[in-house]
Amino acid sequence: MADLLALDGLAKHFGGIRATDGVTLDVRAGELHALIGPNGAGKTTLIHLVSGALAADEGSVRFDGDDVTRLTMHERAGRGLVRSYQITSIFPHLTALENLRLAVQSRRQDWGSSFRFWQPAARDAAMTEEAAALLAEVDLAGRGTAQAADLAHGEQRCLELGMALATKPRLLLLDEPLAGMGREESERMAALIAGLKGRVTVLLVEHDMDIVFRLADRISVLVAGRIVATGTPDAIRDDPHVRRAYLGDEIVPIDRTLPPVRAQRPCGLPLHGEGRRGDGT
Amino acid sequence: MKRIAEPALLAAALVLPFVLGATGNEFYVGVATRILIFALAATALNFIVGYGGMVAFGHAAFFGLGAYTVAILMNHGITAAWLTWPAAAAVAAVASLGVGLISLRTRGVYFIMITLAFAQMLFYLVVSLKAYGGDDGLPLASRSALPALDLADDLHFYFAVVALLAAALALFARIDAARFGRALAGIRQNETRMEALGYPVFRLKLACFVIGGAVAGLAGALMANQTGLASPNLLYWTQSGMLLVMVILGGVGSRYGGLLGALVLLGLEEWLAAITEHSALWVGVALLLVASFAPRGIAGLLAGRRNG
Amino acid sequence: MLQLFLEQALNGLQFGLMLFLLAAGLTLVFGIMDMINLSHGSLYMGGAYLAAAAVERTGSFALGVLGAVAGMIVVGALLERLVLRRFYQRDHLAQVLATFALILIANETVRIVWGPQPVMLNAPEALSGPVEVFGFSYPAYRLLIIGVGLGVAALLYVLVAKTRVGMWVRAGAANREMTEAMGVNVPRLFTAIFALGAALCAVAGALLGPLLAVQVGMGENILILAFVVIVIGGIGSIRGALVGALLVGGVDTLGRALLPTLLRSLASNEVASNLGPALASILIYALMAAVLFWKPQGLFPARA
Repeated sequence: MADLLALDGLAKHFGGIRATDGVTLDVRAGELHALIGPNGAGKTTLIHLVSGALAADEGSVRFDGDDVTRLTMHERAGRGLVRSYQITSIFPHLTALENLRLAVQSRRQDWGSSFRFWQPAARDAAMTEEAAALLAEVDLAGRGTAQAADLAHGEQRCLELGMALATKPRLLLLDEPLAGMGREESERMAALIAGLKGRVTVLLVEHDMDIVFRLADRISVLVAGRIVATGTPDAIRDDPHVRRAYLGDEIVPIDRTLPPVRAQRPCGLPLHGEGRRGDGT
Repeated sequence: MKRIAEPALLAAALVLPFVLGATGNEFYVGVATRILIFALAATALNFIVGYGGMVAFGHAAFFGLGAYTVAILMNHGITAAWLTWPAAAAVAAVASLGVGLISLRTRGVYFIMITLAFAQMLFYLVVSLKAYGGDDGLPLASRSALPALDLADDLHFYFAVVALLAAALALFARIDAARFGRALAGIRQNETRMEALGYPVFRLKLACFVIGGAVAGLAGALMANQTGLASPNLLYWTQSGMLLVMVILGGVGSRYGGLLGALVLLGLEEWLAAITEHSALWVGVALLLVASFAPRGIAGLLAGRRNG
Repeated sequence: MLQLFLEQALNGLQFGLMLFLLAAGLTLVFGIMDMINLSHGSLYMGGAYLAAAAVERTGSFALGVLGAVAGMIVVGALLERLVLRRFYQRDHLAQVLATFALILIANETVRIVWGPQPVMLNAPEALSGPVEVFGFSYPAYRLLIIGVGLGVAALLYVLVAKTRVGMWVRAGAANREMTEAMGVNVPRLFTAIFALGAALCAVAGALLGPLLAVQVGMGENILILAFVVIVIGGIGSIRGALVGALLVGGVDTLGRALLPTLLRSLASNEVASNLGPALASILIYALMAAVLFWKPQGLFPARA
């Protein structure tokens, strides 16, 4: 599989602190690659460097073979390298459907410019249809007419994900999508993310080890600004360096009897211990 | 309120002069015309402030430039409205393009100050034009000429203003529902997200600013016709303040905010001036009360009463 | 020529110092309470009118100034407690509406009490003549203004930099929430800040009254200059207000005096007399735009 994203020797320092200290990492097309690490390891800084919010001091970021290190966030987003936000960033006084339609409308290459002054946007049938489809995909069908500000926290995160998807990203940077969610909401979001596998390449930063290990194809571990290990969940679980780095910190014993997360609509969501194993995924 | 009231509003506006005439108050047709012209200017500003989310404090400059365009052209013998009124809008549009290109690189209070500064600069520039009246302003020899109507007749002029105001309101409503307006809604609620989504935010805001400026220029052309004078005072910062006050009073971002604000502020002024010598005092008190107790302006009050 | 330049430089200093008095209060209110106060110029107007009334009553200019200051401190404190306090949490637009309303009320109140005609305020007899300075004659009264201006600036510096109250004020400008968290009685501090601003305006109004006309609406013209000053200087910074005020005062005065002459040597008389005053007025705004271009937060941003 080709590398969609390749980081090479990426570094960033703030004053004397090297928040990112020579990160080399690759993300293969179609995979769900998780980035984990103890608090303060520099995950957020690394995501900023990949998305373009911060400029790197050293090293390079290659996206689909092109060097994007000097490109701005919008330019990278324009090429399909899109980030979703840890702090929910939606349009509070528009309905959920309008939020998504606005995100869909941003794709100038598909819809033409936003400098249209006459035709009501609601009558842009194809655009509205796509927004409605996205609404269903992130499991908010039926909440389309609700004001975004009135949605529950978990629903807002789903909307957030929907907006990121509306831009038809090729690589999606998910920065702690499960932050602040309870058990049920987390499972729901995890199911959504699992549903992206194969269609969208995902670089996922997340603290919830449980879900990370069930979702990811590969995991990279970031400690003190450096990658100490990259591999499949099983390999990482057993890696002695990783255990040492995390000693007493975040890794919790993984319950290997739990099934991997399957792409599901919530009504068919497998609950803990009650998995449906069919095709072995 | 909107669905039922729209035709009713228009009907009321069309019938008004006849009612005034019948009651021997023809004089007030001129008053009504003046109020509606300010309503047009305020509606244009509402587009920028309420729909675009940009608190611009120099809008009177475009208003005044429109007036001067008509006056100067008339001074040189060009009186046709279909030439000079669009020219007024165009001049205002060019000016707001220039101001916007520089000002929109700033935010918040700095944006307010820069727009204010540009308006003052234009004010002093206009005052310095001794050839065109300087301090005293430039009088118009007559009203602009329209083929079908005789604009010198106050009644005809009133209807022309009503038509233009109605058209502008309908146009802004249309723009709001279109892609452009939806993008503006996104920008005023979460500009950063719109940037992240790849929208050309600067250009969208600039377009909004220019459209608002152009319509203000048209209003200025009408004002010059109404008063027969293009005065530098039209550009002074307190005039910008008054327009902004109208927008806030009427309800920022509401469809009829500009109209309501102009109606209430100027209507109140007129009414109080007939009763007391110190109308400004009571207008101030009224504004203070609205500011304290009606945070979403008059439109908010009306909507609230409907819901509650 | 040098004499003309020196004279205008002193005039610029004089005007700048008075602008500083206005700007200092305005920048504090804007910086600490985050409040756009369009009625700040009305406090200046109030100071001028009260001074005129007090001078007429007592015959003493000094008492006139003191009376103006005392009166405006009361007015300022009352205004803050009864009206403006409600608007600290509101958005800037609501503040624009409310303080614009206050301008209307203030102007009309003055008109009711003193009538629509400008009011006489004369400089003290003793200072009505010229004085020898740097080898030329300069009006004594203007020197007084410069003196008072420098004195007040020094007092303000001591107050803000050396006293505990001043420290609270500086803390409030940098970070309001922290100041509250540290137990400072913020409401009373705000009233005090506002009253101080009103007092400064009163001094400026009383001193400038004999030079400019004491009339309704005199606040609006100078207010916009004060806003330009604090934007240039940096909102919330007194030091910025001083530097900004001296800059604006200097550029404005020297511009008005020298530009027409300069233009006349470059272009025709007619163009010069037309464009000169306009350019001088525009100069300040161009200066502000330039400063904002290089330092978007002003010269001495106070906010952390």
